[in-house]
Amino acid sequence: MAKTLGPVKRKFSPWTDPNAVPFIRFENITKRFGDFVAVDNLTLDIYEKEFFSLLGPSGCGKTTLMRMLAGFEEPTEGRILLQGQDIRGVPPYRRPTNMMFQSYALFPHMTVEKNIAFGLEQDNMPKGEITARVQELLKLVKLEQFAKRKPNQLSGGQRQRVALARSLAKRPKVLLLDEPLGALDKKLREETQFELMDLQHTLGMTFLIVTHDQEEAMTVSDRIAVMDKGIIMQVATPAEIYEAPNSRYVADFIGDINIIEGKIAETASALGAPGTVRIESEGLSIAVDQECQAVKDDHVAFAVRPEKVRISLDAPADTSANAFYGEVWDIGYLGDFSLFIVRSEDGRFFRAAQANVSRLVDRPITFGDMVWLTWSRDAGLVLTR
Amino acid sequence: MANVAEANPVTNAGGPSWTRWLVVVVPYVWLILFFVAPFLIIFKISLSDYAQAMPPYRPLFEGVGAVGDFISQLDFENYIFLTSDSLYILSYLSSLRIAAISTLLLLLIGYPMALAMARAPTSIRPTLVMLVVLPFWTSFLIRVYAWIGILKPDGLLTLLLQTVGLMGPDQQVQIFRTDYAVFIGIVYSYLPFMVLPLYSALEKMDNSLLEAASDLGCPPWKAFWKITFPLSMPGVIAGAMICFIPITGEFVIPDLLGGADTLMIGKTLWTEFFGNRDWPLASAVAVILLIMLVVPIMIFQNQQKKVV
Ligand SMILES: Nc1ncnc2c1ncn2[C@@H]1O[C@H](COP(=O)(O)OP(=O)(O)OP(=O)(O)O)[C@@H](O)[C@H]1O
Ligand SMILES: [Mg+2]
Repeated sequence: MAKTLGPVKRKFSPWTDPNAVPFIRFENITKRFGDFVAVDNLTLDIYEKEFFSLLGPSGCGKTTLMRMLAGFEEPTEGRILLQGQDIRGVPPYRRPTNMMFQSYALFPHMTVEKNIAFGLEQDNMPKGEITARVQELLKLVKLEQFAKRKPNQLSGGQRQRVALARSLAKRPKVLLLDEPLGALDKKLREETQFELMDLQHTLGMTFLIVTHDQEEAMTVSDRIAVMDKGIIMQVATPAEIYEAPNSRYVADFIGDINIIEGKIAETASALGAPGTVRIESEGLSIAVDQECQAVKDDHVAFAVRPEKVRISLDAPADTSANAFYGEVWDIGYLGDFSLFIVRSEDGRFFRAAQANVSRLVDRPITFGDMVWLTWSRDAGLVLTR
Repeated sequence: MANVAEANPVTNAGGPSWTRWLVVVVPYVWLILFFVAPFLIIFKISLSDYAQAMPPYRPLFEGVGAVGDFISQLDFENYIFLTSDSLYILSYLSSLRIAAISTLLLLLIGYPMALAMARAPTSIRPTLVMLVVLPFWTSFLIRVYAWIGILKPDGLLTLLLQTVGLMGPDQQVQIFRTDYAVFIGIVYSYLPFMVLPLYSALEKMDNSLLEAASDLGCPPWKAFWKITFPLSMPGVIAGAMICFIPITGEFVIPDLLGGADTLMIGKTLWTEFFGNRDWPLASAVAVILLIMLVVPIMIFQNQQKKVV
């Protein structure tokens, strides 16, 4: 989970301001293709100068959402407001959006240079300025030597960078990037992420970006929307999405997590301390410090991330709650972390991650050891959805 | 060949080497048998002299012994004669002019058709292609004959215009046996040959390119000239060549629909062969026609290769 690059996050949270007017507003948007519902009654606000990410499994409607904003598809129901104006019927060439296509859609008969300059030529920008802008962009995406090549003479990653440069060229108010960095190697991807964030800061554009790389979404975004089957499951800042997912789906989709199904045994009032619940799950007792709508006997899930679980050979002082005893079943070495998969006597699995603080190759805990997994009452959370 | 196959078994994946050999050789045999050989025969005749005999030229090949004698009798007399009579030069020029104008008309009519077909819903495209090739189910000659019935002064077109009231009962359409009728006949007959290559080029085009252009601020009509048309260029060139070449040598259409003053090299050729029975001169006309068409195409294709 090394996050090497990236400028210091600015203080920016217009979504918490009730008076802030969203720059883009999807209002009860539904999009059907025949009988198939690609986007289902979706409402979403995006603010000016926000770096907004869409995350979700393949086919959940991310591209469709972008295409509606760019003007290639009209919503079946609902409306899209851009700066408060309904943009239904405005053709793509009159919208202040530029899109980078998932398939790149580079013009095969034009050189890299011409591809990037295309949008600027449509605006009748003076020749000299176009040349300067194109040079600047070629430098940004590190393709200076390839200016005179045709797209079919480039590698996949190079094509992706041309597509990115082309969509950036006009410095649109809203930039839509559909998996912009997927084909790049890790180093180049991180550099480009950094450049994108920098550009966004200096030019004040609003970014809507689709990515399958969670780490990337975490690094670059002001907010993330997690989608599933045309529905938005949660919209929140990266930290909130990671630390406070609102549902089993989001918790499971983002990062690695232990999810344990159980029943509410006691709620706050019964336990004495406000904002505490106790969950009973087949002999495992879990106490969580959390305000929770659920009442006694409700089916809920308890979720805790592996890195918040301690692993030890010795029994903890208190084994009545938040303690899982089992055998080390598997160890995954991830470089910075080791992931221990522990199996209880009744066959349940639990994962704990431990930072590799020393270079010791012989770890004190190894396969077959009987270990205790423990976590504090504020480490995990109760999921009712 | 065998050595290569042994050294590199991957190249042998296509099957035994004789099948590959066959695949390569068959087209060449075909070409030699049906193009090169007839051309050489015609070329030889064009170097001969006219004779009132059967066949109507001299010398004839009379065995290996008399080869020297045979060759010494061949000369370029007929080619020199072609340049001395303006009829031939005018025929060539007129043919090229008619072919050029027809090809342009075909492009102007065929392109929108092909574009509409390529943009039609996928489900009805095969039907549209069928409709384009449907005329081939009737003999070419009959279709051209049918145009006589339509275009002649008391034909269907006159009748139609009179019925609609665009023309008085005493007026008649005067285009039969003019160049106009020739153009109509040619455009009608060759349209499928223009539409199909254009359609196949346009159909291949990725629609997201037009979306990208539109996204970058380019309205549809402009995107047509910047994206669609340049990308359909291979289809335009193929269609233009497939039409231009045979139109230049066209005989049936100008003969049936054209007037006495419609000069086309195909007609001239026919007159020389069958009217005057001057096979050597007719052969010279044919050879020049071939060179006139093949040489520019070869130069053009060479140029294309350099661009790509
Ligand atoms: N033109 C169309 N006609 C019919 N179905 C479509 C069309 N466009 C998209 N779909 C369907 O809508 C759903 C959402 O597609 P979309 O392209 O938005 O997915 P996505 O979230 O971008 O997926 P990915 O991550 O794989 O790019 C898919 O199931 C897709 O099959
Ligand atoms: Mg997509």
